[in-house]
Amino acid sequence: MTARQTAQWVIQPTAPSGVSLVSVRCEGSWTVKEIPHIEQQLPGIPASAAGDVIIDASGLTALDTAGAWLLHRTLLRIGQQGRKARIEDMRPEHKTLLELVATHAGERQLQQHHVDSQLVQVGKRAVTQWLNIQDMLAFIGESAVASLRVISQPRRIRWRTVLHNLQSAGFEALPITGLLSFLMGVVIAYQGADQLQRFGANIFIADLVGLAMLRELSPLLTAIIVAGRSGSAYAAQIGTMKVTEEIDALRTIGVGPQELLVLPKILALMIALPLLTVYADVAGIFGGMLMARSKLDVSFDAFLDRLGDAISLSSFLVGVAKAPVFAAIIALVGCFQGFQASGSADSVGRQTTVSVVQSIFLVIVVDAMFSILFNWLKI
Amino acid sequence: MKTMVRPTRTSESVIDIRKLHTRYGKNVVHENISLTVRAGEIFSLVGGSGCGKSTLLRAIIMLLKPESGSIRVFGQEVVGLSDEQALPLRRRWGVMFERGALFSSLTVAENVGMVLREHTTLSSRMIDEVAALKIALTGLPPDAGGKYPSELSGGMRKRAALARAIALDPELLFLDEPTAGLDPLSASGLDELVINLRDVLGLTIMMVTHDLDLLWRTADRVAVLDRGAILGIGSMTELSKLDHPMIREYFYGPRGRAAREQEQSWKKK
Repeated sequence: MTARQTAQWVIQPTAPSGVSLVSVRCEGSWTVKEIPHIEQQLPGIPASAAGDVIIDASGLTALDTAGAWLLHRTLLRIGQQGRKARIEDMRPEHKTLLELVATHAGERQLQQHHVDSQLVQVGKRAVTQWLNIQDMLAFIGESAVASLRVISQPRRIRWRTVLHNLQSAGFEALPITGLLSFLMGVVIAYQGADQLQRFGANIFIADLVGLAMLRELSPLLTAIIVAGRSGSAYAAQIGTMKVTEEIDALRTIGVGPQELLVLPKILALMIALPLLTVYADVAGIFGGMLMARSKLDVSFDAFLDRLGDAISLSSFLVGVAKAPVFAAIIALVGCFQGFQASGSADSVGRQTTVSVVQSIFLVIVVDAMFSILFNWLKI
Repeated sequence: MKTMVRPTRTSESVIDIRKLHTRYGKNVVHENISLTVRAGEIFSLVGGSGCGKSTLLRAIIMLLKPESGSIRVFGQEVVGLSDEQALPLRRRWGVMFERGALFSSLTVAENVGMVLREHTTLSSRMIDEVAALKIALTGLPPDAGGKYPSELSGGMRKRAALARAIALDPELLFLDEPTAGLDPLSASGLDELVINLRDVLGLTIMMVTHDLDLLWRTADRVAVLDRGAILGIGSMTELSKLDHPMIREYFYGPRGRAAREQEQSWKKK
């Protein structure tokens, strides 16, 4: 072969006798590589002349299923125009392939993807969201029922799982929570230092750091860290178990997935998060204290003295009391999104993302609601 | 349609394995394995669980690097091939994994179409049509194309995996346990499909299987693996005459006998 034989679809001049015949020759290799090229040549060809079509396949050197499909499609199209087509001089193995394609091509058409109008899309999303909220409520209800059942029979609390969760969600989160909270204390003291110095109110740095950390920042910061660390892990774990049918297996064994998977997590997180918050309080105040000494010349003693006066017990309790609520939100959302996973690896990833976004969102919203509530109660 | 034309059998070898050694850590999987798969044949690897059948398959398709030895596919050495060098080779074969390994975020038609989209310049209409054709060729109903793998039954998933494996009209097809987990009816449907594909598309097929029915019906030659070594290679009839305790156990255990009898009655028909 001197040059690469390109695939072609060549229209022969019409036969001289008055018979209306169109003769076409297939040439070269009709394989996946060449087809884009041939496909462009095809349209319009049969329409250019009237009469029956003879396809001369003697020049066809190779044919694969894509090529056979193209040929078959062309034959069909010619047939639709009310003309007859026949193929001549085709190699037997190509003919077999063409027949195979023809027998399976009957129900070939893919259903067209049909795109909804915007209004329909909005409606569908609204309905999905509504159903999602219903599912979430149902899930909270189921968890409540399961927890009542467990509380009535305390022997059914799975302490081993609870302890395991305490370790992974609580103890193992100590370094990161401590570090971030410490830095947060440093940042607040640093920002406040300039302003306070201007009024000569250096000592009030203790009020600033103490109140900000204890009331708002450490519970919030801890909750966000835990949502990112543990909430996502819960969603991924339960989601994977759902996909691999382990949840169904649990049900058939007669172990409620709520009891084994959800309640221990909620319980563990509700214990761990307040403890982590106290730890974050300490780390944050320590950070502020260091900053106060280096920038404002407030000694540790003076700082701690002032802190005792500035911070009432209720300020501390307000912060810590929020933690169990946040914990319940994080654990519930994480587990719920895990259960929402279905079928594919893709959906586990999606639900994990949703769980983190949703739990952080809800934590901040609830925190705002707490602020309003405490304001009313004048705490 | 009974006009099956068998492609002319040549003795040209498609896969040629020489003195292959494989190990996982200290665990030796293959010791000095040599075998040849010829063009146009259905070659099968059999053996008990954990004897290294699937590992051998993975070594051939370059998912696993053997310790030493040579594997030539289409005359090209695959051991130590870079990904770039391997690409032309990978386009010439299709692999059907034991559990389908369909991409779960894509529909069946998209799974098949993805291979075409990656490796050809076909128009997207053509891709959709060819994908639908491959899906129909494997005997799936037309509406299966729009479904996600998680919505399919096990047997349908296998067929969908097969449709993806033959998307590019490969010359060589690897099947890992094609009938595992299928009901007898689907399994025997798959037997015929495998033979059909070989005959019409002129494929060379290498499979790993436990399914004695499938072996009797389809395999031209079979290699029996045991503890990392090959006990024998030959047609099923030849192997069944060998006098090795493990092979005898394999062929003359209750299941083996039943499959053999069925095969004989099947041939008579």
